[in-house]
Amino acid sequence: MKFKVDNHDVYASTGGRPFDKNKPLIIFVHGSGLTHMTWVLQTRYFAFHGYTCLALDMPGHGLSEGESLKSIEDMADWISRVIDAVDYKEASLVGHSQGCLVTIECSARYPEKIKTLSLMGGAGAIPMNPELLELAENNDPKAVDLMMDWAHGPAGHFGGHPVPGLYHINTGGMLAKSRTIKDTLGVDFRACDNYKNGFEAAKKIKIPTLSILATGDKMCPVKEGRKLADLIEGSRVDIIDNCGHMMLLEEADRVLKVLKEFIVTNYPST
Amino acid sequence: MSDKEKKVTSPKTYKFDTLSLHAGYQPHKNAGSRQVPIYQTTSYLFDDVDHAAALFNLERGGHIYSRISNPTVAVLEERVASLEGGTAALATSSGMSAIFLAVMTLCEAGDHLVVSSQLYGGTVNLFRLTLPKFGIKCTFVKPRDTEGFKKAIQENTKGIFGELVGNPGNELMNMPEIAKIAHEAGIPLMVDATYQTPYLCKPFEHGADIVIHSLTKWMAGHGSSMAGILVEGGKFDWMQNDKFPTMTKPYEGYHGLSFAEEFGPTAFTMKARAEGMRDFGPCLSPQNAWNVLQGIETLSVRMKKHCSNAEEMVKYLSNHESVAWVSHPSVPDHPDHDLAKKLLPNGRGSMIAFGIKGGKDAGVAFINNVKLASHLANVGDTRTLVIHPASGTHSQMDEATLKFAGLSHDMIRLSVGIEDIDDIKNDFEIGFRAARKPRLVSNQ
Repeated sequence: MKFKVDNHDVYASTGGRPFDKNKPLIIFVHGSGLTHMTWVLQTRYFAFHGYTCLALDMPGHGLSEGESLKSIEDMADWISRVIDAVDYKEASLVGHSQGCLVTIECSARYPEKIKTLSLMGGAGAIPMNPELLELAENNDPKAVDLMMDWAHGPAGHFGGHPVPGLYHINTGGMLAKSRTIKDTLGVDFRACDNYKNGFEAAKKIKIPTLSILATGDKMCPVKEGRKLADLIEGSRVDIIDNCGHMMLLEEADRVLKVLKEFIVTNYPST
Repeated sequence: MSDKEKKVTSPKTYKFDTLSLHAGYQPHKNAGSRQVPIYQTTSYLFDDVDHAAALFNLERGGHIYSRISNPTVAVLEERVASLEGGTAALATSSGMSAIFLAVMTLCEAGDHLVVSSQLYGGTVNLFRLTLPKFGIKCTFVKPRDTEGFKKAIQENTKGIFGELVGNPGNELMNMPEIAKIAHEAGIPLMVDATYQTPYLCKPFEHGADIVIHSLTKWMAGHGSSMAGILVEGGKFDWMQNDKFPTMTKPYEGYHGLSFAEEFGPTAFTMKARAEGMRDFGPCLSPQNAWNVLQGIETLSVRMKKHCSNAEEMVKYLSNHESVAWVSHPSVPDHPDHDLAKKLLPNGRGSMIAFGIKGGKDAGVAFINNVKLASHLANVGDTRTLVIHPASGTHSQMDEATLKFAGLSHDMIRLSVGIEDIDDIKNDFEIGFRAARKPRLVSNQ
């Protein structure tokens, strides 16, 4: 569906079911340079099981208008305005990678609005490899190729997509190349690199929080994810073996199972 | 740049030969089986009712019924997608069913396609005679007539289709230019790349949007199994215009799902599977998928030998007194020689067309007398194959269509195998001797 935020069209997948204001809202926030499509194996389940889902395309990404937002703080405020724009008072947030930084910051800034927080491949800070950052800001497609390499675990490099016939690495690469690289990935990487408030924001979070981490994650290693989770009161951690940063695709069923248990328990649909 | 710096900037994603052996398969999820298991089953247990509903609603990945998907077939699909540089693939029971499925995923009654005139005879008949029965009309354009493709596009045109190297005349279509024409018109380019395999050409790098293979040929390579596949490039924007409502608008068959919105770079494959495999059912058997996987493991090794043997045969035929003409993109005076060098850098393929002096009678005598080369209606076997298209693969065409497709009665189509090159040449000498004296030696 499309709706307006800051006078720009925002696109969000509703997981194949109509947007329904009578159901609890879950907002999914994608990682650097990606789009709503990374969430297809999570959103459709919740949409068919009593929730209203919005898997967002961040401004300037996917099918959303506008320019990419330049800081994690701006993105966090924008998420809050999304909740207002669809006329909800509260939502549950799910983030992946950069989306974790955004949702952590949003949860800290708007505690009255955010009811649960689910982090996948998250960390308190995501400093960028300088070479990768430079490639992305120079619009070099090699940035996407490197990201796809580092984002997939050893098993993920062979494929084995849960949806028959789909090939992870090329699909992810195509998503990241669907708009101008420097305007999406380049801006996002710079925003991640600049963001320093993750650990402080984490300390303020008092809502049920889940961190899903993966042993083969090179971009946000388990150690970094745990460091973040330790700062969030009562945070639950789930670690997936033999999986990389793209756990939401590489181990979609496992991720869905853990996410389902967490959200249904802590943010039940009536 | 130092080696250390290069190490940082080079992605370590697996390369072609490695993907040929490994892509799409994880042994640790299959009881540690090093070889891809053959899942010889029609259907798959649901954990519970909720799991069943989730699979039917496309909420999660998995298998329901082998007409729609099968784990062995899925490995093949992912492997070919990886080799082509595509986002997704869908395997079918034959190359023809892959073409039909691609067209039916793209078009509705009242739509139109622009199609290269130089195609496998069965494909010509599909576009010329069968698709009009579904209300889909086609305009044929000669493959080298790049401007002709542009002129043939109509308001209701939904795509351009062609074989990169036409069967059997070996005329190339200028894929990068024709892709530009298609994209300017907001329609996709579909390319049958059976002759090339991804080892010789990756059409997505030259603008194609959908690639189709008869896997029966070089990909499987051993003449044992029928199979086809369609592969999606993932770049085509289905939402750029209103030409593809079945991709972009809510689809009644899946709770109002919009394939383009929900699946983006894999939308075409998802629709082809969810709708086409469900409703038409041209599924590939797991045994045949496994056979094709065995072939793909040695694809690059075989293609090198196919191509080197073909180039030897081109030299041999070009200098032979019994041969009137030779068509192969490696020949310097072939009209598409330069284009072939650009599009087919790893080799120009192993399909040769040549004219035999003495016309049809000589051609018949040649084919009836070669012993090593097999006379049959296939290409891309490890063994050398020959046929006389005008009386075989393209025999259902009338005289005018044959001429428009660039076929002549003296033409012999040669699919060069990987036997010892001297043995192939010696065999051809027997055929040529018979062709020079058709009445004395012919066994007819």
